Amino acid sequence: MIPELGHYALVLALFTALVQAGLPLAGAATRNTAWMAVARPASYAQLALILVAYGALTWAHVVSDFSVANVVENSHSLKPMLYKVSGVWGNHEGSMVLWVVMLAAFGAAVAAFGRNLPPTLKARVLSVQAMIAVGFLLFILITSNPFLRVVPAPIDGRDLNPLLQDPGLAFHPPFLYAGYVGFSMAFSFAVAALIEGRVDPAWARWVRPWTLAAWSMLTIGIAMGAWWAYYELGWGGWWYWDPVENASLMPWLAGTALLHSAIVVEKRDALKTWTILLAIITFSLSLMGTFLVRSGILTSVHAFAVDPKRGVFILILLLLATGGSLLLYSLRAPTLKAGGLFAPVSREGALVLNNLLLSTATATVFIGTLYPLFMDILKLGKVSVGAPFFNATFIPLMVPMIAVMVVGPLLAWKRGDLTYALKKLMLAGAVTVAAVLWGVAAHGGPVLALIGIGAAAWAFFGALAEFAERIRLFRGPLSDSLHRARHLPRSAWGMTITHAALGIAIAGMVGTSAWNSEVIRAMKPGDTADIAGFTLTFDSIQQVQGPNWKADQATFTVRRGDAVVTVLEPQRRSYSTRMMSTTEAAIRTTLFSDLYVALGDPDTKTGMWTVRLYHHPLVPWIWAGGVLMALGGLLSLSDRRFRVGAPTRKTAAQKGKAVPAHAHPAE
Amino acid sequence: MKRHLIAACALLALSIPAARAVEPSEVLPDPALEARAREISKDLRCLVCQNQSIDDSNADLARDLRRLVRERLVAGDGNDQVKSFLVDRYGDYVLLRPPFKSTTLLLWGGPFALLAMGAAGVAVYLRRRQGPGGSDTAPLTEDERRRLDALLKDQG
Amino acid sequence: MRRLIFVVPLLLFAGVGAAFYVGFDRDPQAIPSVLIDKPVPTFALPPLPGQSAGLSSEDLKGDVQLVNVFASWCVPCKLEHPIITRLAREQGVTVRGINYKDKPEDALNWLARNGNPYATIGADADGRAAIDWGVYGVPETFLIDRQGRIRFKQAGPLTPEVVEKQILPLVKELRKG
Repeated sequence: MIPELGHYALVLALFTALVQAGLPLAGAATRNTAWMAVARPASYAQLALILVAYGALTWAHVVSDFSVANVVENSHSLKPMLYKVSGVWGNHEGSMVLWVVMLAAFGAAVAAFGRNLPPTLKARVLSVQAMIAVGFLLFILITSNPFLRVVPAPIDGRDLNPLLQDPGLAFHPPFLYAGYVGFSMAFSFAVAALIEGRVDPAWARWVRPWTLAAWSMLTIGIAMGAWWAYYELGWGGWWYWDPVENASLMPWLAGTALLHSAIVVEKRDALKTWTILLAIITFSLSLMGTFLVRSGILTSVHAFAVDPKRGVFILILLLLATGGSLLLYSLRAPTLKAGGLFAPVSREGALVLNNLLLSTATATVFIGTLYPLFMDILKLGKVSVGAPFFNATFIPLMVPMIAVMVVGPLLAWKRGDLTYALKKLMLAGAVTVAAVLWGVAAHGGPVLALIGIGAAAWAFFGALAEFAERIRLFRGPLSDSLHRARHLPRSAWGMTITHAALGIAIAGMVGTSAWNSEVIRAMKPGDTADIAGFTLTFDSIQQVQGPNWKADQATFTVRRGDAVVTVLEPQRRSYSTRMMSTTEAAIRTTLFSDLYVALGDPDTKTGMWTVRLYHHPLVPWIWAGGVLMALGGLLSLSDRRFRVGAPTRKTAAQKGKAVPAHAHPAE
Repeated sequence: MKRHLIAACALLALSIPAARAVEPSEVLPDPALEARAREISKDLRCLVCQNQSIDDSNADLARDLRRLVRERLVAGDGNDQVKSFLVDRYGDYVLLRPPFKSTTLLLWGGPFALLAMGAAGVAVYLRRRQGPGGSDTAPLTEDERRRLDALLKDQG
Repeated sequence: MRRLIFVVPLLLFAGVGAAFYVGFDRDPQAIPSVLIDKPVPTFALPPLPGQSAGLSSEDLKGDVQLVNVFASWCVPCKLEHPIITRLAREQGVTVRGINYKDKPEDALNWLARNGNPYATIGADADGRAAIDWGVYGVPETFLIDRQGRIRFKQAGPLTPEVVEKQILPLVKELRKG
């Protein structure tokens, strides 16, 4: 009964979304306030209905209702409760329901918090948001109904893929989807602005918080995915340039560019058509990611079960959403007026350069990911594009990006003084050189790693230098600087934290990629192995029984000299229902490195076990950096300007007039 | 056809005990040679099922190819010879770093061409955005002077 | 002119969308053989225990033949086995086998149970000969012409459709030439 209720709620949500897509849009065109007013209650109702459906599906999973096909295929009565709940989104159908939950939640949030949006813009935004919802609700109902029953109901389920039964991956998808779907707000605002024919600083101020929220979620989602790959796949790799990973990186890169270009629109009323285009592209890349993962059009390690019918459907959605919005763009964008003037060396100039590099990086990932497909279609043969290609093309684009990232915030708007900025960065520059020299002394290379460590130091210390400059550190009494720091807008704090955190993350990437060490050894209990100054003794091996798995668990005592440092217990688990085994690595994390032990297969003849030992310097900094970046984003989000200060259009326009330099002949 | 292959892969994975990446028995005694083997392995694609290098993959064929790479190295082949040995059998598909040739021109050149085009676009854009007095060195052109006058008049 | 710039994104996207649409018809995992029209690789495989002849490059000259890579542990192989048997018995095509990474006793049992349509079988215990053939999964089937060149390759099990539409016409043509 409850699954049918969920199904029914989805159907009702579809009709609600249809109303929400149509009436407010028509109302905005005809200035019919009653029709426009429908958007708000409709978006609440849509969210409530989808939540009912989501709750019903969760219920079916939690109580192990094996008359529901989705539960049978992805659950098992013995599965731990955490994975019964997370198993809802650990499969195609359920993940799509989570997708529309997020979509409706963002829409409802605009309805609730966007009180000072002009009524027509708000009506149009919510209407566009509902159009996307209509597409995806249809998709779920027609191709991916999660509430299908099986008759007769089997006694037990087939369990969730063991690789997904893991805390890291349990929470990876909700963050990822919150990011993907959050970019729909930027998209809806962009399309609404194109319909209105008006983009101004107020528009940018409205759209930025949503983009920032989505970006922060996506950052956490990607970091969690990398972390999961690191500890679960058994050899410490965290990024493979796999199409599915790239599918999440592309919207992240484009979204980062969007965040920065929207600043220029907000502060200087320039880059408007570009920002609109970026908003469309960012969400389109999110949609494309959804499509790539589910269509089977590219090979990937972690694609969902492939169904061509679903692929075609998502492709149609992608064509309608992106094609439609780009068509609108080609018609309306030329009518948008160009805004403020500025010198090449200025904050705006630096942000333009940032956008150039980030967009090129996005395009590079795009080309690399889809090139095999293009070649195959044009019958030019088959190629593989893997990590070596991306490392060779992506990294060279990131290095100048980071160089600019540090200098940009020290340049004034409109017209900056590069000499002044570089003077302020002398200390950071000196530390950067020192870091590179340390790299040479400690590791002697490789060159790419030295460049990387320089970039990391530059990003981190440059961000600190900019902050010090803002609070006038050491240029007056310390109390004065602290006072300034306290009263600095949270968005400034957020920027410093995020930029510095990128430096931390880069240091982690460089450290683990360039300077890790590895020992692969066949060992039997009693044997010892040395790695990076540690001595590991293989003490024993025993059988361990979990709720839906059993495992061989090894015990290693880790010593440094004679002192016992820790005991590590890696496992090889086998899940009987799916007949799959997973590696549960044991990791000792310290501030500066990870000691990583993974247990391989036993050799039945000799009784030896394959043991893989790794020392990954700085690797925890990747996750710490990722989380800090997201926190910086969220801190900015709590800035009062975003909360209460989102101005009405009138005051924004007045502000523009008050400062003569903002006026210019083009307008 | 596609379904059959995937089924075949899935079955392969089931029938053969999972082995994760490089096994101790594969490792060459000579560390320099082993390091080269790892380097080469990272650039070679595991052909079955997934998008991984043979160094990362637990597939049976990947293990065979890892052994083969090491045998060729021990026999005295250079890195490129080992790679072309496999390209002769499996085509360019086996290389994770696509070779630079006419069909991959857009792949390798694309990013840099885009960067150049973007940079040109940005240069034009920055020039246009550069308002009156935006540059210290270049004197105002006639056109700019006219715009400046118009601007000043507007504000006056 | 300025207006045109704003149409560029739409045009680019149209190209990408078309590529995605066409992309459904292809199999991202199928790898075309680079050995087509090339002579068969040089190899010599021993027979399965109890059988008289193995398989080597020399056996593949002079007649149009099929080479089928199979294993007893491979389920799709069982699926295509009747088709191969029919090709050998009813169409008179010589089929030779490469037994890929199999235990000899398992292979012999499997042949005893499912029938043995192969003229000769080479046992490729370590899978090394198969790598020379560019094999990346089992089953795979190659069509060899009279000069000992590979003319066609099927990765994955043979289907009646592939046999009717591709293999038999090609066999006919190659036998003429």
